[in-house]
Amino acid sequence: MSNTLLSIRNVSKRFGGLHVLQDVNFEVPAGSIYGLIGPNGAGKTTVFNLVTGLLQPNGGNIDFQGESLLGLPSHRITHRGIARTFQNIRIFKEMDLLENVMVGLHDHLEYGTLGLLFNTPGYCRAEKKARERALELLTWVGLDHKADLLADSLSYGDQRKLEFARALATEPKLLLLDEPVAGMNPSEKTVLMEEIRNIRDRGYGVFMIEHDMRFVMGLCDRIAVLNFGRIIAEGNPDQIRNNPDVIEAYLGKEDDQ
Amino acid sequence: MSSMATWFNDFWSTYSTLVFTVGVHAMMALSLWLTLSCGLLSLANAAFMGIGAYASALLTLQAGWSFPAVLLAGGVAPALVALVIGVPVLRLSGVYLAMATLAFGEVVRITILNMDITGGPEGLNGIPLATEGWHILLLLALTIYVLHRLRRSKVGRAFESIKEDEVAARLMGINVARYKLLAFVLGSFIAGVAGALNAHFTFFISPREYGFENAVDFLTMTVLGGTSGLVGPILGGTILTLLPELLRFLHDFRSLVNGAVLVLVVLFLPKGIWEPRRVRAWWVRRTGVSK
Repeated sequence: MSNTLLSIRNVSKRFGGLHVLQDVNFEVPAGSIYGLIGPNGAGKTTVFNLVTGLLQPNGGNIDFQGESLLGLPSHRITHRGIARTFQNIRIFKEMDLLENVMVGLHDHLEYGTLGLLFNTPGYCRAEKKARERALELLTWVGLDHKADLLADSLSYGDQRKLEFARALATEPKLLLLDEPVAGMNPSEKTVLMEEIRNIRDRGYGVFMIEHDMRFVMGLCDRIAVLNFGRIIAEGNPDQIRNNPDVIEAYLGKEDDQ
Repeated sequence: MSSMATWFNDFWSTYSTLVFTVGVHAMMALSLWLTLSCGLLSLANAAFMGIGAYASALLTLQAGWSFPAVLLAGGVAPALVALVIGVPVLRLSGVYLAMATLAFGEVVRITILNMDITGGPEGLNGIPLATEGWHILLLLALTIYVLHRLRRSKVGRAFESIKEDEVAARLMGINVARYKLLAFVLGSFIAGVAGALNAHFTFFISPREYGFENAVDFLTMTVLGGTSGLVGPILGGTILTLLPELLRFLHDFRSLVNGAVLVLVVLFLPKGIWEPRRVRAWWVRRTGVSK
């Protein structure tokens, strides 16, 4: 119980008459990498949108560290310690890389209006610290040498890395990654895999949606499989790999030609 | 001895109002820049200017307040109105927000037009000429300073992130609704002070000066100048105030050429006249390649 970071219980979501999620249950433990997989349109991103408060469920409960997230606005959920990246990258294109990451540090910059207006030592110190932290996070994803470029000028893979650094800047306890390796080449994937393991080893929880099976199977400690809005399997990678329902969902039945 | 002094006196008596207007328009363009920098396309600023102008003029004429107090009240009055209408109106975005704020502007204009205390369509006459050049200069400088500081802080970054991607900003822990309200209210305050300054050098104000056309004029100044920095709006306000005067010798063709200049700028400089960032990024890329 105390080991559970995020628990999703009996969650359902309808868009009009369409049941996107039905009675979804699973728990993301702290200090591990949890994967959510499933065919296109299974409702994976909807799960993320519910957890981050962009959508509200029609039923069920979402608890984070034992407290309900229902009804909280997104910025408060971020404040509680959940950060996410997006499937269709949403970086701030007209800002430079450093500023992008510094937006993520917003909550951790504590200075008042006076400090801001009069450039007080406290303000300068806070801004300097934030700048250093942002640069450190950029170094971490290997983008520090591009810190003052506009985010717009980055390649697709680099934009993903920037989004990753920006999410980490909010100092999350749980990091939601929506298809983190989409558009990355194999060597970039290997590096990212190592980075995600590092995050986990520092005690953070990672919860990811991913299509790349090799990546998911190689990285995740536990996996849940979503199909047509229902969880059809849950377990460690080996259990998932050999689960007949999962194989059917991905490959179809044998007599199904 | 003093053909120069005479010349200056002539110039000043003819053009002082124009010079003052440049300053006031620069403030208006900056107030619009502030809301635009938070991604809000608000057309309410002309109305806020009107509220500031009328509130301050009435306090001068009827209550005999001192000029500094009147300037402050000119900013506070529209800020209070902005605080009240901002909460529901800022739930809208894009063109819907533009339409709602436009409608609000018309409501303000028609209200002023139909009230007794405002003099209705006759306007207010005989407002003391209290505004001096340095008042405008000082308040413009103060506005620039405050906006510059905001821009360099987490508030400015929050504004910009909201402008670029509201959902992403929210998930960075930014209270989007609160920051939008802040930009809206602060913008209305600046517009109100500009209105108060304006009222106290034109001697006369009427509802016509704060309508739809003016709202669009101010927006044009900001966009023409460029929204990526503080220089743009000031430049835009100056150019669009002076251009019609400089083109006076064209007589009937004046507005034609004025319009043509605007179209050319929008066509060839879609990001506005002042766009330092692109130039710098382009320069970095260029020198990076040539190395």
